[in-house]
Amino acid sequence: MVSVALQATAAAGMAVDIRGVSHAFDLEGRLLPVLDGIDLQAAPGEFVALLGPSGCGKSTLLRLLAGLDQPSEGAVLGDGAPITRPDPSRVLVFQDPTLYPWRTVRANVALGLEARGLLKRQGHRAQQAIDTVGLTGFEQAYPHQLSGGMAQRVALARALVNDPRLMLLDEPLGKLDSLTRLAMQGELVRLWQRSGMTALLVTHDVEEALMLAQRVVIFGPRPARIVGELVVDRPHPRHRDDPHLIALRREALALLGLSG
Amino acid sequence: MSASTALNAPLPATGAAGRPAARLWAGGLLAGAAWIGAALLIALLPDAIEVGRTTELAASAGLIGLALALGSLAMPLLGAAGARLRRAGPWLTVLPLALAAWELATAKFALLPLPFFASPQGLLEVYLEDWPRLGESTLRSLWLLLTGYLLGAAAGFVAGVALGWSRAVGYWVHPVLRLLGPLPATAWLPVAFFVFPTSGSASTFLVALATWFPVTVLTWSGVSGVNKAYYDIARTLGASPTFLVLKVAVPAALPQVFVGLFMGLGASFSVLVVAEMLGVKAGLGWYLQWAQGWAAYANMYAALLVMAVMCSSLVTLLFKGRDRLLAWQKGTVRW
Repeated sequence: MVSVALQATAAAGMAVDIRGVSHAFDLEGRLLPVLDGIDLQAAPGEFVALLGPSGCGKSTLLRLLAGLDQPSEGAVLGDGAPITRPDPSRVLVFQDPTLYPWRTVRANVALGLEARGLLKRQGHRAQQAIDTVGLTGFEQAYPHQLSGGMAQRVALARALVNDPRLMLLDEPLGKLDSLTRLAMQGELVRLWQRSGMTALLVTHDVEEALMLAQRVVIFGPRPARIVGELVVDRPHPRHRDDPHLIALRREALALLGLSG
Repeated sequence: MSASTALNAPLPATGAAGRPAARLWAGGLLAGAAWIGAALLIALLPDAIEVGRTTELAASAGLIGLALALGSLAMPLLGAAGARLRRAGPWLTVLPLALAAWELATAKFALLPLPFFASPQGLLEVYLEDWPRLGESTLRSLWLLLTGYLLGAAAGFVAGVALGWSRAVGYWVHPVLRLLGPLPATAWLPVAFFVFPTSGSASTFLVALATWFPVTVLTWSGVSGVNKAYYDIARTLGASPTFLVLKVAVPAALPQVFVGLFMGLGASFSVLVVAEMLGVKAGLGWYLQWAQGWAAYANMYAALLVMAVMCSSLVTLLFKGRDRLLAWQKGTVRW
């Protein structure tokens, strides 16, 4: 029921085009380059993982795509149009759930609807999103009463309620315990399959990238540039011990400069 | 729902049947006996100094003792109020002992130098005879305090949010705040009394000023300290700048705002008393000054006690408001 409803309202995924993007941070007058000549495309509805060492600038790329920052050089396009400011069609999910502690689960999920003045007419969509991530019954709970996995589900629901066409995932499972992490990986794939949105996942976990994405783009250390790309041509659900994935894993580690 | 009622239901049953302690409250009988003992001591020992209202004092203590004794026998009928009474048991036992000691040191043996130390019946006499003046003073103080405090808190809140949010406001207001904020509000007293048309408006301004500074600084620090990711999230979800201020910055800063409101309340008390002692011809501060001028020390203590109850009640009220608004927080201090 819920999946039907989501499919009916969600537009197709967004085409992403990153052209020659370089970016630097200004640290007290000293320029710190974090991205160096990145060219990257994602087709509508594609699931792409950005894999690389921590702190290499992948998260900055997501912020550019979200429209929170502007690149120093190059262009970031969504469906061919330059991305200049945040828009509810492009949502970010961080490593920390960053729920508002003063709002209940329902009020957190409804944040996007409330911010756009849609709460009165489309309030039921908050409940749909809560049901989708499996938190039915926790609507009135406060964030401090939730486990890490549940809090991250709320963050996902808060993003989904906007029917995004591009989902930017910044190590969303990075802080979860390993069992919760495995369960949530499966759920992320299901959410992506249902909605047809484009998904970009930043991670430093090789296995996670190979389990989830259709394509894995591998970044070198800072300033980040793309050092390789792997196509994971396997249907979901995937198995960790699939020989093809194990071969790709070795390849990915080699590209990262680690002998697996 | 059904689970919680199932849990609650057996409790009164086992309490009534299994535990005789719930029927009779031994601590309450002890407290009652202590009050009656104090009443007898007050009534039967002759006074060493000339004081009135000894009979009334003894009667009041006796009545409290009887009420406690009855209450401890009727414990099962009292419900939640009874549970609160039981928690106060040790205090209710120690208070009559302290009253008896105070009575012995003043009225009965005159051990403390007169007239600086009043006897319990002296205080009672003030409350019974001077209550119109004391009551009016209390109302005047409350009015001055509340108008000044609310004005100062509102101005401080707005200034704090503006400082935390806008760079332009920060540029102009921050230096003023740094220079003038730490100045005690009482230092403005002489200026305020000739700038303002009435001593009442001058005092309101001073109370407001004393409240304004801590509320401003803490609201400002609360707004500046908001997790930047909260804004990023709201912006990607389509929030306008107004939404970011009212629905993100303000609620996130609220715990800090309440610290400021609490500190402001304390500052406003001290300014209130000083203003009333020096310029305003009404209020509890004025009453204290007046009582001292007439060497009416019992009136002074009586006014001090009223003031303590007033200030404490206002702080309690503030904390209750905080607990209601910040119910989402864990581990807040219970006042």
